[in-house]
Amino acid sequence: MASIIDIQGVSKSYWRDSFEIPVLNNISLSIPEGEFIALMGPSGSGKTTLLNLIAGIDKPNSGSVVIAGTDIARLTESELAKWRATHVGFIFQFYNLIPVLTASENVELPLLLTHLSKAERKKHVELALSVVGLADRMDHYPKQLSGGQEQRVAIARAIATDPTLLVADEPTGDLDKNSAEEILLLLERLNREFKKTIVMVTHDPRAAERAHTIRHLDKGELQ
Amino acid sequence: MMTIPFKYIVRSLFTRRLTTFITISGLALVVFVFVAVLMLANGIRQTLIATGSEENVLVARKAANGEISSIIPNETYGIITSLPQVARNAEGRPLATGDVVAVINLNKIGTDGGLSNVTVRGVSPAAFELRPQVKIVEGRMFNWGAREIIVGASIERRFEGTQVGQRVKFAGDQWTIVGKFETGGDGFNSEMWADVRQIQDAFSRGSSSSTVTFRLTSPDALPDLQRTFEQDNRLQEFEIKTEKQFFADQSEFMAVFLSVLGIFITVFFSVGAVIGAMITMYAAVANRTVEIGTMRALGFRRRSVLMAFLTESLIISVIGAGVGLFLASFLQFLRVSTLNFGSFSELEFSFALTSDTVIAAIVFALLMGFVGGFLPSIRAARLNIVNALRSV
Repeated sequence: MASIIDIQGVSKSYWRDSFEIPVLNNISLSIPEGEFIALMGPSGSGKTTLLNLIAGIDKPNSGSVVIAGTDIARLTESELAKWRATHVGFIFQFYNLIPVLTASENVELPLLLTHLSKAERKKHVELALSVVGLADRMDHYPKQLSGGQEQRVAIARAIATDPTLLVADEPTGDLDKNSAEEILLLLERLNREFKKTIVMVTHDPRAAERAHTIRHLDKGELQ
Repeated sequence: MMTIPFKYIVRSLFTRRLTTFITISGLALVVFVFVAVLMLANGIRQTLIATGSEENVLVARKAANGEISSIIPNETYGIITSLPQVARNAEGRPLATGDVVAVINLNKIGTDGGLSNVTVRGVSPAAFELRPQVKIVEGRMFNWGAREIIVGASIERRFEGTQVGQRVKFAGDQWTIVGKFETGGDGFNSEMWADVRQIQDAFSRGSSSSTVTFRLTSPDALPDLQRTFEQDNRLQEFEIKTEKQFFADQSEFMAVFLSVLGIFITVFFSVGAVIGAMITMYAAVANRTVEIGTMRALGFRRRSVLMAFLTESLIISVIGAGVGLFLASFLQFLRVSTLNFGSFSELEFSFALTSDTVIAAIVFALLMGFVGGFLPSIRAARLNIVNALRSV
């Protein structure tokens, strides 16, 4: 199967005061379309940084990050913003829902960056919320939902634009066992039924087991 | 550019109710002061402009900066009133009055013996035809040739011993107040009127008057009259203005003084309000760092974030302007008096709210909101996405 993510020779370091802290060291990784991959590793191993590079919210110091044929490391900031809006669905550990917006308004947020009409946006929102089983919670604000429900709304937001890939950073890290199970089942379903490519960062071996592939990072290198 | 939804901006504003309320209050206070001062200046301007009529011409000595410092000899009065541009009444007499204006001191009510200046105007019978707005509302008209006086309603409200039937002492004589007049709120309302001959006599003015006011035969006659005053050697020491213009000019110094003073005070106040708005907006950015990071990750651009926070700041300022204007609008029901520098006399007037003042207040508030919100909005727009998302 063709690679949807093709990372070649990527290095990334941060500067703290006058010290350069290397985070990723000459990483190369290919992920085929429709894959569900888990990135594991100890804290500070660089897994979230790698995820951020794939998601286009950070840039490497060297190397190329080609996603669906586009080297996103070469895009300008505004091109990258536009690219993210159409190609990436984000799932965060703490859901990152906007507290002043209802579930449906949160899901609609990325759709505002598309050319869809209001009626079309409404359809997408309803469909996304029904996929995650929260069609009856459309008008609830995040604080009126449980942690698991909030993460499901976040997943609905991530899939609403039908992006090329989903990136999930510790999606079950803030959830109890049952809610975590629901989220993992949902991610599996999105991968199986909707053919979504999913890159998931996790500490949790039980979560990682649900992925097709597990890659370990340690001290900025892929094992 | 896709903008961040307006409902997000508005709802975010009201999640921090207390800080938003305090910031709005600060801005409202500044707008209130700003508007109040402009209303005061407008009030003086409108009162004095309303005093004069466009149909009347007022002659004063050149370089006299008010009626009180102008003197017109009796022979000049004769020359002026015989000009062909002066309208005549049914009896063929010139519709003209050579007013004598003097200033006396009276005790203001509620000031525990505080004195203030009051204009006393000696008028001839034609004055009442020239100024038909002057209406006796209590008592009667003074008798010609008697030491009798009528008082404007504003005087009666503000000075001790000025009720109808009472007597006031000035220029070494007792004057009986026989009537009260009302003019609908113009400058004459803050004056006392008596027979011009009695005033000339009491103040030893001989037969001279302070100014001459007359009705024009037609408004078109003004340029012709202007030429006559320029060309006639006997009239070159005097200048003419429409009565309206004359009194409007009288208001200018006071109105400009109040506006400048008020704007000066407001600018000082506004520094505090702007800093308040800035602190609020910085706090808003700090509290919503993750939201900003999330929206940027979703694909909203820096410009959208900048606009969202700037809009939030502008909304606060517009609400502040609304509250300030609303509160200031109640000042219209107040009547205040102050010493008008043009006449050196007490002038009563109302605060006047005009559309120009409303626009100025809104623009001023928006400016405060913009200045207060700009730097925090820039900070929000410049946040690094990865760092913003980490600050959970």
